[in-house]
Amino acid sequence: MTEKLNRTPLYDVHKQLGGRLIEFGGWEMPVQYSSIIDEHLAVRSNVGMFDVSHMGELEIRGPESLPLIQKLIANDAAKLVDGQVLYTPMCTETGGIVDDLLVYRFAADRYMLVVNASNIKKDLEWIHTHSETGVEIENRSDETALVALQGRNAPQCLQTLTDVDISTVNYYRFTEGKVAGIPTVISRTGYTGEIGFELYVEARRAADLWAAVYEATNAIGGKPVGLGARDTLRLEARLCLYGNDIDETTTPLEAGLRWTVAFDKGDFIGREALIWQNDEGIKRRLMGFQMLDRSIARAHHAVYHKDRCVGEVTSGAPAPSLKCNIGLAYLPTEISKINTKVEIEIRGRLHPAKVVRTPFYQAPI
Amino acid sequence: MFPADLKYMESHEWARREGDIVDVGVSDYAQAEIQDVVYVELPEVGTILEQHKAFGVIESVKAAFDLNAPVSGEVIEINEELEDAPELVNEAPYDAGWMIKIRMSDSDELEALMSAREYQVMIETEENE
Repeated sequence: MTEKLNRTPLYDVHKQLGGRLIEFGGWEMPVQYSSIIDEHLAVRSNVGMFDVSHMGELEIRGPESLPLIQKLIANDAAKLVDGQVLYTPMCTETGGIVDDLLVYRFAADRYMLVVNASNIKKDLEWIHTHSETGVEIENRSDETALVALQGRNAPQCLQTLTDVDISTVNYYRFTEGKVAGIPTVISRTGYTGEIGFELYVEARRAADLWAAVYEATNAIGGKPVGLGARDTLRLEARLCLYGNDIDETTTPLEAGLRWTVAFDKGDFIGREALIWQNDEGIKRRLMGFQMLDRSIARAHHAVYHKDRCVGEVTSGAPAPSLKCNIGLAYLPTEISKINTKVEIEIRGRLHPAKVVRTPFYQAPI
Repeated sequence: MFPADLKYMESHEWARREGDIVDVGVSDYAQAEIQDVVYVELPEVGTILEQHKAFGVIESVKAAFDLNAPVSGEVIEINEELEDAPELVNEAPYDAGWMIKIRMSDSDELEALMSAREYQVMIETEENE
């Protein structure tokens, strides 16, 4: 039995552009329009645009919004001001990660949670389970489209379409304004390691927004980018992919997301378990590695150290900006030091790799 | 797009016969589908291959695909250029992007493979499904 795949409001646009569509987390999404490497390099050197409308948007309203969010997430949403965004894991009682998400504060009693497409249903159930009175939870995913514009030329590109002074929208801040005449939430966030924006619009205006952004992007030599390059871009920047690098069996401390855990903010779900893990010492860590030959590690390949299987690759791919092959794997803390030699089992053979510093790639400032 | 003097496999490898030697690569259709060939893993010279069994791997940015032997026999040469320049498979799939040469043990195996015309029909049928 095959379930019918979801389509974003931009499905027809992708077909017209010759995008190659694949299944991703229950969605039919473009993996590439031209070549993954070309699209990747366009974002690194210029600008690229993405349809990421599959992401989920959950609105939290009411006087008890902040207490609920504070209970649900590991990071501290009390520090947010209106127009600010926060990246955070949402944990289970045992410290595992239910989802990683962005929290947008529109007002003291109105927030938007942006969650992974494959987790929308699970997150909603989780949030409802833990909510009490004084808060309304609304799934606005279907009526919301999301277009990302990423790359060093994204600000100038976006500026041609809006009266909002883009230079005033700082990192992890957002503002509401018109882009190409369309009411848009302009958020300076992204998943590529480059400067960029994510543009939230009503689904029925998505095609108009895409067309305008496409024209502006095209005018400066940028291009549409599919999920293939989105994955290599985020991996080079060492941004975790839910379901690969993090899930309910991994904790933020193991995943290198300690900076997102606000131990001192008061109680939240998973806090006790994380304190316990922190006191005990972190036994394994999500580390970056680089292949030392030309082979390519992929998710689920086994990692060996001195003939002992010590872990599994969670993400692995060629790094088009670095001209080498990279990956992430959970390694026991004692062998997680930078430059530690490990071996990756690929099709029955061991290939040399070494632990390296991350992010693998950092955008020049 | 599909040279008439070659034989083709359902898994998109081509075979070019020169005497009892068979050159092997992947078709233009396959390279266009894979795009951005970033790695080609080939067997060592001297390896004995069995028809339809994997002899190597071709990788795109996203995934790895088996390469299957069009005929049984011994690998007598591999294209070492592909180690440094896997993109040759994209640029010239029937020429500089060749992969291995096999000394075939049974020429009947080769004759049983698809002609260019049959291969083209197969692809068109797949695409219309």
